[in-house]
Amino acid sequence: MNYNWNWSIFFEQAPTGGTYLQGLAMGFAWTIGTAALSWMLALAMGTLVGVARTTRLKWVRLLGAVYVEFFRNIPLLVQMFLWYFVVPEILPVALGDAIKQIVPPWGIFVPAVLCLGFYTSSRVAEQVRAGIESLPRGQSMAATALGLAPAQVYRYILLPTSFRIILPPLVSELLNLIKNTSVAFTIGLLELVGAARSMQEFSFQVFETFTAATLFYLLLNLIVLRVMLLIEARVAVPGFTGPARTAKKAKAIGEVATA
Amino acid sequence: MNNFDFDVITRSVGYLFRDGMVFTMKLTLLSTAMGLALGTLLAMCRLSGWRSLAAAAGIYVNFLRALPLILVIFWFYFLVPYLGGWLTGAGRPVSVGGFTSALITFTLFEAAYFCEIMRAGIQSIPRGQTAAAYALGLNYWQMMANIVLPQALRNMAPILLTQTIVLFQDTSLVYVLSLTDFLGAGINVAQRDNRLVEMYIFVAVVYFIISFAASRMVRYLQRYKTLAA
Repeated sequence: MNYNWNWSIFFEQAPTGGTYLQGLAMGFAWTIGTAALSWMLALAMGTLVGVARTTRLKWVRLLGAVYVEFFRNIPLLVQMFLWYFVVPEILPVALGDAIKQIVPPWGIFVPAVLCLGFYTSSRVAEQVRAGIESLPRGQSMAATALGLAPAQVYRYILLPTSFRIILPPLVSELLNLIKNTSVAFTIGLLELVGAARSMQEFSFQVFETFTAATLFYLLLNLIVLRVMLLIEARVAVPGFTGPARTAKKAKAIGEVATA
Repeated sequence: MNNFDFDVITRSVGYLFRDGMVFTMKLTLLSTAMGLALGTLLAMCRLSGWRSLAAAAGIYVNFLRALPLILVIFWFYFLVPYLGGWLTGAGRPVSVGGFTSALITFTLFEAAYFCEIMRAGIQSIPRGQTAAAYALGLNYWQMMANIVLPQALRNMAPILLTQTIVLFQDTSLVYVLSLTDFLGAGINVAQRDNRLVEMYIFVAVVYFIISFAASRMVRYLQRYKTLAA
């Protein structure tokens, strides 16, 4: 094939400053930063909505269901455009103008984080709900009988156990979130795919560039899986979630269900 | 917000659906059919007793599942012309249309996800059935085609359909290749008439209605199946 391979391209100077490899590493850092912040938002909102969907108040349950359906049934890319182009327009004019004034990387970063965070939160909420519903009803009854208020039942009894059960599917949601940060490239965030596109356009070395971006994603994937295995072992309650074998099985099921 | 222009939608609705939605639907249905076929083959490979075949299929599936779809779209967009040139022996890159490139990408990418679903489906069939089929003198392909796969497909139908809804939403990512799918058509109109707010909201509403209705149908199918069983 008449393609000129040039692997030393990574150490050449990029017109955007620094070497091409440094450009990709910056993209990698943006991917991690975006994913980390969105994940915090997703966990917070997801827990809140997941709990809402299991309460006894009918209208709260309905509200939770509307939230989940809204974020689940619109393509992520369309949601990204809604946050970036539409939200500043439909807010009160003064606020919308203030948003448009935010300096470049942050004017993109903030909507990207909000979009990814809320999108992922709807999926986290479904996991949290499934986790709470998988617990025997006797647990919340016993807690109530012991005099705990509803909020305390969730805080001290239901959520700590649920989170241990749903840890494996939550890990796949985190991995999905990391992959989804690439969608922020469409509104101009220079995360890993954005950095790779920029390098490819300046250097013309398509395949070297995308090979490097691919390796970065695989590396991140491996790191997250390793760290999560450590956390899983750290928070395990002996005799509760069972030996590693069951966890593995639960993970396989979770992956198929959330794929 | 009080100058919301509904007219831009009524003016362009024909173009949006005739050009855009037809493209989106064609891409969704074709890549579902081809991805499911390839995914089923991959699942059979992953479950095969031939170790190296199982390992190769496993690497393919896990590799693709670790990568973002946008990156894979770019990979194939640049790779397919070279592969085409190599396969046809032309010696130089062959130009491939945007739709073909997207179709190849989505087929190969979704096959990895369909593979995992079909693998679970095949494993849900009791091993006794396989043994009984062999005892009756069926060979591997007859056993798969007549005994295991029909049941596996039926068991996994709700998850397969849910994955198709995900695929339907993911096709919007062909935006990065500037193709005119439903979202692409909406963006064309939005930029021509400078009506971003109206168009993006309309596109979001249409995607929502279709996905929501489809997922309700899946839930209904699931309940119907549980009652019938």
